Amino acid sequence: MASIKYDHVWKRFGDVTVLKNLDLDIADGEFLVLVGPSGCGKSTALRCLAGLEEITEGRIFIGDRDVTDVPPKDRDIAMVFQSYALYPHMSVYDNMAFGLKLRRVPKAEIDRRVKEAAEMLSIGHLLDRKPKALSGGQRQRVALGRAIVRDPAVFLMDEPLSNLDAKLRVQTRAEISKLHQRLKTTFIYVTHDQTEAMTMGSRIAVMRDGILQQIDTPQNLYDHPANMFVAGFIGSPAMNFFEARLERTDGGVSVVVGKEFVLPVPASKLDHVSSHIGKTVYFGIRPEDLHDAHFVPRGVDERAKVRAAVNVVEPMGSEIYAYVENSGKEFIGRFDPRSSARTGHTMEVVFDMEKMHIFDRETEKALT
Amino acid sequence: MRPNREIDRLPEIGGIGVFLSTTFGRLLVSLFVPAVTFIVLYQVFIFLRDTQIPQWMTAIIAILWGVGGVLALFTLSNYLIEQLSPAWRRRLIPFVFVGPALAILTWYLVLPTIRSFIASLYDARGINFVGLDNYIYAFTSQEMLQSYRNNFIFWMIFGTGMSVGFGLLIAVLVDRTHPVFETICKALIFMPMVISGVGASVIWKFIYEYRPTGSTQIGLLNGIITALGFESQGWLLLQPWNNLFLVIIMVWLQTGYSMVIISAAIKGIPSDLLEAGRIDGANEFQIFRNIILPSIQGTLITVTTTIILFTLKIFDIVQSMTGGNFGTQVIANVQFVQLFRQVHNGRAAAIAIILLLAVLPVMYYNLRQFGKQTEAFR
Repeated sequence: MASIKYDHVWKRFGDVTVLKNLDLDIADGEFLVLVGPSGCGKSTALRCLAGLEEITEGRIFIGDRDVTDVPPKDRDIAMVFQSYALYPHMSVYDNMAFGLKLRRVPKAEIDRRVKEAAEMLSIGHLLDRKPKALSGGQRQRVALGRAIVRDPAVFLMDEPLSNLDAKLRVQTRAEISKLHQRLKTTFIYVTHDQTEAMTMGSRIAVMRDGILQQIDTPQNLYDHPANMFVAGFIGSPAMNFFEARLERTDGGVSVVVGKEFVLPVPASKLDHVSSHIGKTVYFGIRPEDLHDAHFVPRGVDERAKVRAAVNVVEPMGSEIYAYVENSGKEFIGRFDPRSSARTGHTMEVVFDMEKMHIFDRETEKALT
Repeated sequence: MRPNREIDRLPEIGGIGVFLSTTFGRLLVSLFVPAVTFIVLYQVFIFLRDTQIPQWMTAIIAILWGVGGVLALFTLSNYLIEQLSPAWRRRLIPFVFVGPALAILTWYLVLPTIRSFIASLYDARGINFVGLDNYIYAFTSQEMLQSYRNNFIFWMIFGTGMSVGFGLLIAVLVDRTHPVFETICKALIFMPMVISGVGASVIWKFIYEYRPTGSTQIGLLNGIITALGFESQGWLLLQPWNNLFLVIIMVWLQTGYSMVIISAAIKGIPSDLLEAGRIDGANEFQIFRNIILPSIQGTLITVTTTIILFTLKIFDIVQSMTGGNFGTQVIANVQFVQLFRQVHNGRAAAIAIILLLAVLPVMYYNLRQFGKQTEAFR
């Protein structure tokens, strides 16, 4: 068990800078998810921590130890690879025991640990098999097992679920979370899937183009995204964005998207936006904060109402996704399944302005 | 007889259609077509052989006729097979396509082997039956015993060992260097591969060339050691080490081959696997032993057996360097000497059969290994 610190880490491959001044403190026992689109540097960040890549500048600490120049084998880490990277010529048992054998752990101890981990992952009956005789899910478990038996200070996982089918992925997701609760070790988990990030992480670090955008708990990240990128990346379907002007209207301030698309800013948000009144900003609102005017939940102010044409309706069973349009701007709402939204018709959409987000037009940073 | 649905659907062909649909008729078709084509091709061969037209014209006609004839053979056989019922089609089609190849292989490979075996039981001119006399010669004569020692110990064990060993070593080492350096290294080491055994011998004759100490040395090796103050040596006369000096020529030729194949296998190991090993705590040597070596095991076996085959058949280097003298005799060279110098067909044939038997198990193992890798022989 150990905390981790990235201290102003830079990583360059020739002319390409992959990590730009990454500064990250991860507490002991934390489950940190590194998330971002492909090429954002999240895997590189993980590989630098593992020692598989040398960093160009900065230091990396595991616990109190500076491991910047320590080879991977001496960093006391275990890693689960996207491809699982099981040794094809070794049985499941030997795959799991390999790291321990290299460390000259006594045979009886190896046997105990391997069997214990196999039990934990219910792969006890597979120990004699070779990896090629296993299914994808089983291989994934062996890869996890290989990491567990090592009892490392830190678990590193590089998109470990992306080769599994959707159902197995959801199941394994929960199991990895359980594993974390049980082992109480520091987990660092890389994924491009924001759902995985939201469901598993105790904190999430969102990256883009080698720069850390925001690091926070899943709920805070969702409710208070620091910028437009994070706001758009976290949440599915993604947040709706509109170019709008903040204008003084009778008795207050309004977000003006179009002629028939004027939304009053609630009093609680006035302080945040006061500096941008009269300016063009980005206005963002999540699909679930839009409501069919007939089914507005109690407590939501119904004054911010817009009439919109319904382009497409996607019934999901528990809710309805509707692509609606006003003033040439299409946006998506998650409505109550009883909603009367019908393709080709118009409907009234209520904006829950307490949940609105305003971003500066230049910096794309959040004001609210 | 079950009526043939395909042919029933065709417009009236009368008696022939019915006849073709009988089992006997089908068999006849499958034999008739290749037979006719073979006969026609053979007749043209005879015609071309005896004709007076210029040679280049013969060559062109032969090529056109040969390629066109084979094409015609396959097209026609295929067409006729198509006329049969699906069940028979399935049964006969393999023979139509593989049959000619098998026939030619039998003609050029199996028959000569059998005839060699028969010849090995006859005397020098192939007239009198001598039983196993030639084999007794092959297992007791001084030159053959020497050949066994040289072939199996020097060539097979040292030669193969060094070729594969150096190939593996270089492949592993250059894999860790800069790609440009790696390419240059591999190209240089692979280059001797394109030189024939005789060509290599010419080069190495200069390296091993002997001049008495005191005179100008034109041999590289003697040049070096006399410069260091030693006596010059007649390298190719130093028994039994001269065998090793010959083996080194083959190693020089073959290391490139094993290096390239092994290097390709090493490149094929997923980098994840090596990284997993490093994280698991392996040092570079342990990674080589526990991950790289097992991963390329199949390739190593294929390369080793291929080079073993090469060493068992070694001839050109020995023939052009020492002619098999000074204790450097090898099996294939004895065969050559018996056949062309002594004109003893029986002994040459017996040696050929022995060489074949020595090669067969290696060949079998090689093919099986190759099959495992490509799944082509399963």
